[in-house]
Amino acid sequence: MKGAQPTFSTPDLSHIKSADYEHVYEPAEDSFLMLDALESEYAFLNQLQPSICVEVGSGSGVCITFLAQCLGPSAFYMCTDLNPAAARLSQATGRQNNVLVQPVTCDLTSALEHRLKGQIDVLLFNPPYVVTPSSEVGSRGIEASWAGGEKGREVTDRFLPSVSHLLSSKDEIEDMMMTAGFQMTVVNTRKAGREHLSVLKFTRVT
Amino acid sequence: MKLLTHNMLTSNIIKGVTKGFPLGIQPSRVEVQEVDFNPDFITRILPKLDWPALRQAATEVGHGDGLPEALPESVDGDEGLQKMLHNILLQVEVLEGELVCPETGRKFPIQNGIPNMLLNETEVS
Repeated sequence: MKGAQPTFSTPDLSHIKSADYEHVYEPAEDSFLMLDALESEYAFLNQLQPSICVEVGSGSGVCITFLAQCLGPSAFYMCTDLNPAAARLSQATGRQNNVLVQPVTCDLTSALEHRLKGQIDVLLFNPPYVVTPSSEVGSRGIEASWAGGEKGREVTDRFLPSVSHLLSSKDEIEDMMMTAGFQMTVVNTRKAGREHLSVLKFTRVT
Repeated sequence: MKLLTHNMLTSNIIKGVTKGFPLGIQPSRVEVQEVDFNPDFITRILPKLDWPALRQAATEVGHGDGLPEALPESVDGDEGLQKMLHNILLQVEVLEGELVCPETGRKFPIQNGIPNMLLNETEVS
């Protein structure tokens, strides 16, 4: 029993209409696994005393809103999505739950990267991971929320070098991240149908 | 869009743009929305700010009055200044307008408080 572990409720999503989910990814198993991971990592995140938290590809905004609910107004919560409908919904989800979430419509962290170099304390990324033809990657609509292209990794592979230099299989990811000075922890995993989901946590050790 | 968000945006995503900072703001609708004052946050966010850019942005949206030219090393204990910073960082909200690349003049729309920094394929660096 971890007595001191507080619990947090899932963000209120009642403002979202079913029509919104024609344009934006509806929170699903992978999103909720991320929420569970954030909750179980609360003590770690809280002691970091973050001032800038960013989610890349925020979709409905459920993850960044939950993070803001957990950690409170002592940090600034930004998110990006290249789908303008997702950026609007992320903003609305923050408002619905009385937290300030600042969306920017852009590709990954492109418009923020220069100024936020070395400044992001908590970075959330739940990448599109479904294996699809490469031609489906790069849309600015709802397809962008799942289309992972070849091996389901095209978006992940494009993004991770800007965090550090990484990626291939999980073990390889761990090795590469260690070389780059990061420690990897598997926060939690879940089987969802034929998907095997994991939330990985990277912390800088050097 | 809060001015703290603006302080983190650059247009060097455009082909040929080297710095792209700070983006000019041409506001058409600005509001002041009440946000709880958190002096601890103000203190911790200061080292991450580009002050000249923030001051310029505040002036462009009509909230630059009384801002010092340079920030003191610490704002601890100066509640007046902390509240002034709180206001321009978190309370002033640019709802509608445009961001302007300082090098190319390329404009990016701000709608419902959300800046849209998407580029056409031909513009990407």
